[in-house]
Amino acid sequence: MQVGYDVIYFIYQFLVSTSFLILAALGMAIIYGMMDITNMAQGEFMMLGAYTTVLLVNRAGCPFVLAVLCGTVVTALFGGLCDRLIIRRLYGRTLDSIVVTWGISIILQQLIYILFGPDLEGISTPFGSFKIGSVSYSVYRIMLIGIAVVLVLGFYLLFKLTKFGLHSRATMQNREIASAFGVNTYKINSLTFMLGSALAGLVGSLYAPLMGITPTMGTNFLTESFVTVVVGGANPLAGTVLAGTGLGLVEGTLSIFYGTFIGRIGILLIAILSIRVLPNGFSGLVERNSIRRKRR
Amino acid sequence: MLSTENLVSGYEKVNVLQGVSMEIHRGEIVSVMGRNGVGKSTFVKTLCGLLPADSGSITFCGEDITKMKSYERAWKGISYVPQGHMVFPKLTVEENLQMGESIHPVKGKKPDYDLVYEYFPRLKERRNQEAGTMSGGEQAMLSIGRVLTGNSELMLLDEPSEGVQPNIVTAIGDIILRINKELNLTVLLVEQHIGLLQQVSGRAYAMDKGRIIDSLTREECLDYDRIRTYLSV
Repeated sequence: MQVGYDVIYFIYQFLVSTSFLILAALGMAIIYGMMDITNMAQGEFMMLGAYTTVLLVNRAGCPFVLAVLCGTVVTALFGGLCDRLIIRRLYGRTLDSIVVTWGISIILQQLIYILFGPDLEGISTPFGSFKIGSVSYSVYRIMLIGIAVVLVLGFYLLFKLTKFGLHSRATMQNREIASAFGVNTYKINSLTFMLGSALAGLVGSLYAPLMGITPTMGTNFLTESFVTVVVGGANPLAGTVLAGTGLGLVEGTLSIFYGTFIGRIGILLIAILSIRVLPNGFSGLVERNSIRRKRR
Repeated sequence: MLSTENLVSGYEKVNVLQGVSMEIHRGEIVSVMGRNGVGKSTFVKTLCGLLPADSGSITFCGEDITKMKSYERAWKGISYVPQGHMVFPKLTVEENLQMGESIHPVKGKKPDYDLVYEYFPRLKERRNQEAGTMSGGEQAMLSIGRVLTGNSELMLLDEPSEGVQPNIVTAIGDIILRINKELNLTVLLVEQHIGLLQQVSGRAYAMDKGRIIDSLTREECLDYDRIRTYLSV
């Protein structure tokens, strides 16, 4: 019986880690994969979502779900503003984008610190928990696993079936030619950046009940999302899901036996290893295999 | 339909086009011939808006389009078949064709895929295949086929013969003639392949060092020795 409980706990821990990695990385992966821009402020965008949610719930008595929606919208709009003023000038300048967005992240951290101080009172995790054996499981964390699945599926359908998806994939492959085919590539880029920002806001808001609300909370997301994007490679969905799952397995396992600190060190080691073995990430691996299959 | 007046353009600080004036009327097939490096591709790219004009003007259907972005020119009906085919390699053949639908959309008119597949039956066989995995000749066909799902009025073709085996060049020539006749599509062809030039040109301009140096009628295009002087080193 105890073995059964242990297996359930292991699966839970694995899925919690995986869904966190995927959610943290998805927005960054979409922006990087589609626009070649590494948004180092992605963590601070998540922090913005979390702050919006917490402030609305604590100071305005807003219901949690509505506050999450507001956090998403506010961050998306902020992302749109950043794109208009700054990011637009960085299209096609991958390395410059890292420095500039890093600057944005520092400014955001300090701005929030000045406005709201070193931390905010958090909000409690909704929906309670239940027990299997001696371990208690959080309903909310299980919901987050479901949300990760829904988001990945949703984005797959968005990119595969809609006109926006087609145009953005074409823009990703050849910006000039897409533009000569009537695609307003500036608009596609702005929308993509806003989409990535909205995702950051959503994820930050969703994790607000589970984290300390501080100006530097974004760095908790950034390490994980950066590592997942590096291991995943340029394909925003396949790469992120595969990398998230692989890293989640490592982190989940190590966390159970040695604690979360060792878990985080584990994924960093895996990242270093994977850069050595798979320089193009899981995306490169998927691509090589799909070409091989076609040749047969 | 399209005319340019003293068009000057190029890359960074190097002017490649040194004042090009030409015109093309509705329904014509007009070629611009010249050796490598005389500015043919620069000319086409400037026409479809991928390179800004430094001075001079471009008029399309009576409207000054010199300052328009490339996607706005596509909406007006200018389609571009780039050098080296430049299909979207990771989109399927059918998705590549769908990209053409944004060229000059006309309300109530559905894109005609059957027509494209009739011109290029190979594309139908391969419609679910990723475009990047096809041969050079098939990519050349797709590159032409994908502008036909829109309602393009002027097709700019940049060296469709490049990297394509000789019998397929003739087939491409036949298709250009059919498209021109059956769809009443005006064609501007930039080329240095003598066979293709002679096969399709209604009339032609010769280009050298970024300028138009001669204008030829259909009969003059058929004079092998004459056009060879514009094409050989």
